[in-house]
Amino acid sequence: MSWTGKFLRIDLSAGTVKTEALNRDWARQYLGQRGLATKYFTEEVDPKVEPLAPENKMIFTTGPLTGTAASTGGRYSVVTKGPLTGCIACSNSGGFFGNELKNAGWDMIIVEGRSPKPVYLSIENETVEIRDASAYWGKTVWETENGLKADHQDPLLRVASIGAAGEKGVLYACIVNDLHRAAGRSGVGAVMGSKNLKAVAVRGTRGVRVKDPDRFMAVATEQKKVLADNAVTGQGLPKFGTQVLMNVINELGALPTRNFREVQFEGAHKISAEAMHEPRPTDGKPNLATNGACFGCTIACGRISRMDPGHFSITSRPQYSEPSGGVEYEAAWAMGSDCGVDDLEACTFANFMCNEHGIDPISFGSTLAAAMELYETGVLTKEMTGGVELKFGSAEALVKMAELTGRGEGFGLELGQGSRRFCAKYGHPELSMTVKSQEFPAYDPRGIQGMGLTYATSNRGACHLRSYTVASEVLGIPFKTDPLSTDGKAALVKAFQDATAAFDASGICIFTTFAWSLENLAPQLDAACEGEWTPEVLLEVGERIWTLERQFNLAAGMTAKDDTLPKRLLKDAAKTGPAKGLTSGLDKMLPEYYQLRGWTPDGVPTPETLSRLAL
Amino acid sequence: MHHVIIGAGPAGVTAAETLRREAPADNVTLICGEPGPPYSRMAIPYALAGKIGEDGTRLRQRDGHFESLGIAVRHDRVTAIDAAAHRLTLAEGGSLAYDRLLIATGSSPARPSIPGLDLPGVHACWTLEDMRKVTAQLRPGTRVLLLGAGFVSCIILQSLVQRGAVVTVSCGSSGRMVRSMMDETAGGLIMAWCRAKGVTVLTGGRPSAITSAASGLLTTLDSGLTAESDLIIVGTGVKTNTGFLAGSGIELDEGILVDGWLQSSLPDIYAAGDVAQGLNLCTGAREVHAIQPTAVEHGRVAALNMAGKPTPFGGSLSMNTLDTLGLISCSFGLWMGKEGGEQVRLLDAGRFRYLRLELFDGRLVGANTVGMTNEIGVIRGLIQTRIRLGGWLERLKRDPSRLAEAYVACAQGLAAE
Amino acid sequence: MQRALLILPEKCTGCRQCEMACSFEKDRSFNPSKSRIRVFDIHSQARFIPYTCTQCSQAWCLHACPVDAIRVDLSLGTKVVHDSLCVGCKVCTIACPFGTINYNADSGKVAKCDLCGGDPACAKACPTGAITYVDAEQTGYGKMRHWAVKTDTQTAAQV
Repeated sequence: MSWTGKFLRIDLSAGTVKTEALNRDWARQYLGQRGLATKYFTEEVDPKVEPLAPENKMIFTTGPLTGTAASTGGRYSVVTKGPLTGCIACSNSGGFFGNELKNAGWDMIIVEGRSPKPVYLSIENETVEIRDASAYWGKTVWETENGLKADHQDPLLRVASIGAAGEKGVLYACIVNDLHRAAGRSGVGAVMGSKNLKAVAVRGTRGVRVKDPDRFMAVATEQKKVLADNAVTGQGLPKFGTQVLMNVINELGALPTRNFREVQFEGAHKISAEAMHEPRPTDGKPNLATNGACFGCTIACGRISRMDPGHFSITSRPQYSEPSGGVEYEAAWAMGSDCGVDDLEACTFANFMCNEHGIDPISFGSTLAAAMELYETGVLTKEMTGGVELKFGSAEALVKMAELTGRGEGFGLELGQGSRRFCAKYGHPELSMTVKSQEFPAYDPRGIQGMGLTYATSNRGACHLRSYTVASEVLGIPFKTDPLSTDGKAALVKAFQDATAAFDASGICIFTTFAWSLENLAPQLDAACEGEWTPEVLLEVGERIWTLERQFNLAAGMTAKDDTLPKRLLKDAAKTGPAKGLTSGLDKMLPEYYQLRGWTPDGVPTPETLSRLAL
Repeated sequence: MHHVIIGAGPAGVTAAETLRREAPADNVTLICGEPGPPYSRMAIPYALAGKIGEDGTRLRQRDGHFESLGIAVRHDRVTAIDAAAHRLTLAEGGSLAYDRLLIATGSSPARPSIPGLDLPGVHACWTLEDMRKVTAQLRPGTRVLLLGAGFVSCIILQSLVQRGAVVTVSCGSSGRMVRSMMDETAGGLIMAWCRAKGVTVLTGGRPSAITSAASGLLTTLDSGLTAESDLIIVGTGVKTNTGFLAGSGIELDEGILVDGWLQSSLPDIYAAGDVAQGLNLCTGAREVHAIQPTAVEHGRVAALNMAGKPTPFGGSLSMNTLDTLGLISCSFGLWMGKEGGEQVRLLDAGRFRYLRLELFDGRLVGANTVGMTNEIGVIRGLIQTRIRLGGWLERLKRDPSRLAEAYVACAQGLAAE
Repeated sequence: MQRALLILPEKCTGCRQCEMACSFEKDRSFNPSKSRIRVFDIHSQARFIPYTCTQCSQAWCLHACPVDAIRVDLSLGTKVVHDSLCVGCKVCTIACPFGTINYNADSGKVAKCDLCGGDPACAKACPTGAITYVDAEQTGYGKMRHWAVKTDTQTAAQV
């Protein structure tokens, strides 16, 4: 408790299913989910492995609080070596799949090898089968999920699957569960596709038990109140979702626009949370139908959107006028302002495409933005794009390319290689806004300096979810820092990275950290799990996880040279807004960061650091 | 006013209680044909399995329940009715006058004409007394042959296996299991499941003779196949208990024909439960629905009418649920279909799951399910309330397992496209 | 004064805290599949609907029980399954037209909402006020009651 204490090992090459006992010593050192699975992964897989080779493994993993009544305790992660980045990949998802896996009695699934033919994994508590999925190969995520539910005659079956993008090796293909929740980044869906694994379908009815039930319920209830009383988690996120940030970040001059050429977008308000609430002039209904929660989440930031049936993207396809997952801030930014598109409905449709076919809207939007810049400069022509005019601001281009990329067809397959490979192919690597080949999220490091260091040092390539210093630099959580200053950001980033790793390892959503610190998490873990869990222990677990990930990346061939940002952010100053005239001060922050981490000036953990962390 | 109720099964007991509530000043007599307090036949398999004691089979658990309500319980059997005189003849001697009479005498096992059926070791398992006899001969390893593979047999089958018996089932001439409530596919799944659980299922025709041999009872099927057993339980169907009505002038078909108020063809005589042939909600015809919910509903409505509160009977819905060694199956309404309707089927034979929906005019009219237990009652809800499925019709055709979602959405007024 | 669960689907976000609280109350584990309240996700209508027994006056389950295992708690108006008497025959599960009494294969018995004896865990766990426990007259429970009446054999033929 609250680990189930056992996991599945699926060898797709041999077609075998094995049950193994969880290594309890590792659970004490790495907690669960991102931490524990990374420990297993790094113990078992050669860091030099080719990500799409059968020798790579992938681990579906829950945390100890997954499946409990702790708020947001429904998460799972997929850990593997990412094909987009060549780094350790850990993609976290909500929805209902994670709870179902835990309720079926499994902490993790380690998937190995490659099936000779398309298969899916069926888990009904202890009954685990590798089943034929040839009928589903080529089908969309939505068709697969709905089809498997019907096949199993069980509407409560939970499915995580890939679309054609994952099958065809789109390097930022996701694994999508519950129709619109995704293990989204670094191309974990492509790894799944390379294994000929179409889906994992789970039904669990065994129950999740905790160490001290009464204490746990009391603590979990108390902490839910903390979330409810907090302005961000209690009001902002439920009402506006992450999209609450669109106008805020734009005003701060940190909303990357048209492939980071600009830091403010004139159409931001049209694709903002507020716009999603506005009744449309066309049909009188707002884009936002309702908010929806993931399993156990008392925040409920999820957006369920209903498209304008008259919008050009769906006039001949009425099936898309049913509600589905609406845009989050990242998606609205990547496919909106980064591409210069201010058409909310087009962004929503493109988002549906990302969900239906299983691609990461951040990487897709960013790659499309780079392609639009190449088109604008004349490097790309209409002949090369299959006749589509890839102009900044073109909703038609966005809609068309989202579907083509999702389906892995035509020019979409080229975009599916990600911005670094795409820009390199066309001779302009400098236009790729990536770190370690992964596309940036929605915060311009010139306007929010801490995010520059966050991106540069993120173990899975550019990412906002490894140390969301926006919380401090913009929202003042836990204390306010100046977004335009680099002072103290190295320490801030390190602290956020370690704490975040602990949250990710627990089975809890990182969005709780707007209201919770490790002080709020620890008592819940302590009541739920064997062992003693204090904020201090958790911080050490977080640092251990971070350093283990770093060690894997170094062994995979990464060096300090990869801890950097594109020239555009280091050399080209912001043109407008509060950050006007500023570039990213990464060079001021990085050496201090290495030092604080106990790493050499080349970014390698010293023997003392490793020993301190028992690595 | 004196109300007399013949039969102390669910219909009779419910009627007695309803009368007591609705007509507090009237006298109510409940005639119970078997010794002991009123009990539930449906509970016998669970007592046979040892899951409950005999006490657990009682229809009302509280001691002195009927006395405390002022319901006179009389242990006797009725041998004849004089409708004109409003008088019953009793087996123990004497007679009883009534003002209003409810016949709720239920049904009993039909005895097929097979030579050897009266040999020792051949039993029905219908009453508590039958159950005691079977139990006395049952040991782990006892070989039991079940004649008939209908609902009653199947429900006993589980109990016998739980008691450690080695069970063989003979399906008779149809070669099918539970064919009165499940289609061939569903019955086939149940049969495969039974075989996988170690039950021998014989589909080699009707039993033609039973003989006694040194090593046990030898049953020969008309295909020539033989089966040896220590015990035989006859479960080849039931017939309504109407023998004592001969000469009464009451209108009979398969059971006592009753009108829309559950009254028989004779004045002041009503019928309810397994013995009554009343309105079927789905077909509009009069049929015997020998199931607990119908018995209770019959009892309630008949009693209201007897108490002078005219209450129409809207018709009963045929439905049943069966647990065969852990495989749960259900049938509802017109599961066999209705002409001009549509059918949706989902089969996963490997995992013993099956769902068949029968749709007519945008509504659900019947269903068979195997392996489904969640919110199963909504099938009744959908059929009986005649909900128009609207946009859910197409969704159910794509995935019939979303029945509960369809029902809940429709009930909330979300039936639109 | 009797109280009842007031369910407002428009407030529900589908988080399933109610399902966890229910299973915890009964089983001390978090197991939505064993919950007596279920949240339906009507995806096509962007609506989440918490759904459980309304303790309807028709009491289909109670009347269908062949062994008197379902009784009325007079103080709360609830229909309560007595585990010591339930034989697991499942007749109540097909008789209840709402589908709100279900068979639990692990226990071999049926389970339904009993309002936790007057302090329903689901209502306490609901973060949005979609489920509250209020004076029965306020519930507009009328809607469900109306539905229950439609299922009554007296009126079904006229619908």
